Amino acid sequence: MPADDRFSPDFREPRDGPPGLRSEIVTGPVADWATDFSHLEPEWSADPYPIQDDLRQRCPIAHTERFGGAWLPTRYDDVAAIAYDTERFSSRAIILSNLRPPRELAPVGGSPPISSDPPFHHDARKLLLPAFTKTAVTRQEPATRAFCHSLIDEFGGQDVVDAASEYAQHIPVRVIADMLGFPPQDGPQFRGFVEDLLEGINRPPDERIERVGRLFDYLGAQVSDHLEHPREDLTSYLLDAELYGHRLDPSHVVGTMALLLIAGIDTTWSAIGASLWHLAKTPGDRARLVATPGLLPTAMEEFLRAYAPVTMARLVKDDMRWHGADMKADDWILLSFPAANRDPAQFDRADEVIIDREANRHAAFGLGIHRCVGSHLARMELRVALETWLDRIPDFSLADPGAVTWAAGQIRGPRTLPLRISG
Amino acid sequence: MKVQINSERCQGHGRCYDLAPSLFGDDDEGYGQVLGDGVVPPGQEREARLAAANCPEHAIDVLEEA
Repeated sequence: MPADDRFSPDFREPRDGPPGLRSEIVTGPVADWATDFSHLEPEWSADPYPIQDDLRQRCPIAHTERFGGAWLPTRYDDVAAIAYDTERFSSRAIILSNLRPPRELAPVGGSPPISSDPPFHHDARKLLLPAFTKTAVTRQEPATRAFCHSLIDEFGGQDVVDAASEYAQHIPVRVIADMLGFPPQDGPQFRGFVEDLLEGINRPPDERIERVGRLFDYLGAQVSDHLEHPREDLTSYLLDAELYGHRLDPSHVVGTMALLLIAGIDTTWSAIGASLWHLAKTPGDRARLVATPGLLPTAMEEFLRAYAPVTMARLVKDDMRWHGADMKADDWILLSFPAANRDPAQFDRADEVIIDREANRHAAFGLGIHRCVGSHLARMELRVALETWLDRIPDFSLADPGAVTWAAGQIRGPRTLPLRISG
Repeated sequence: MKVQINSERCQGHGRCYDLAPSLFGDDDEGYGQVLGDGVVPPGQEREARLAAANCPEHAIDVLEEA
């Protein structure tokens, strides 16, 4: 095939343009969650729900001077209103950090379509939708199930396994590597990419830029390989895709590859882990699901509501007074779907996990035009992971509740989860 | 009883075709579609209400009197 001149060796060289806006890095214990919140502090990652519940009653939109200024709405109605209001809130950065990308990056953003604003967003998203319908992801189900079984086979005779690092983590990594057409043995590297992008928020910006560069080096190598050997996968699809009569800009191709790789890993890993954590500490729910497997799809939605892994971010476009808050241009919004999902104004017994909850209009996959494009894939992986686990290991418990650790940052789920599986 | 989807609101969460597959399907991009004329056959009223009650975007209307 003819050489693809979009990907000349220097396609990643920085283009001329205004630099982003940097803010002072502030860490350390939070003085008052209403005026100094930080989702990166250990108290938040260990258990954010009491903090959110308290803020919802007394604020309900918390503020912090950290990160150069950020707001945290905690009521469902406020979270929904911001998710729907793409006129006043931009998605050009969706991970809150100490570096705001330049305004000129909108409406495309660095990783379309999650980072895109209308009207570009619609067209970039449309390219991805067919590959992620429920019907399309069903094709991944047999391989996912076989992979879950193989992970459990590898537990051997151990009494205690780490369900986060030995089970939940590997499932989305394998599935997305298959879909993008990346070598399955590269999976362990992806964990590092995820940490660099989503967790090392308070590292110095230059260090963050350098670390993120490693991800793009990797993706560049995958692009080269796919240009030489095109195949039936999402990478080749993106390389051939067209928008407005032209093939995609190289930064669009690689940015979307980064999105698909990163967004599907921590999130689904967290959902699987949090569900297993709940079942390990709640024997009644566990026994009920083992006895009634048909209840799992309903229970799964409740786990997604109560332990929603994903918080997104937005940037305020212009100075404004919004629902009582004096927001300034370029203030961050921490868009907490987990907090929305526990708002008692929206859900009966919001703080309880009710595995047969029938009406469950939760926002775990977001609301509005940025609804998670991988939600059908995530639900398939979560269902297959839990079905396979409950079938193979119906009796399990927390081996050491104090040893469970949770990820810090916008994606929250267990990162260490020792479970006793010997019955 | 009859069901309708407001396509302006639908974002393709797919809760309707998960919960009431005899009443709703998906299009090539995953957006929900009403199957047939939307008239709910006797005995499927519960599924219709369940789909509406679980749509995160409030995109489904259940017309009880249709």
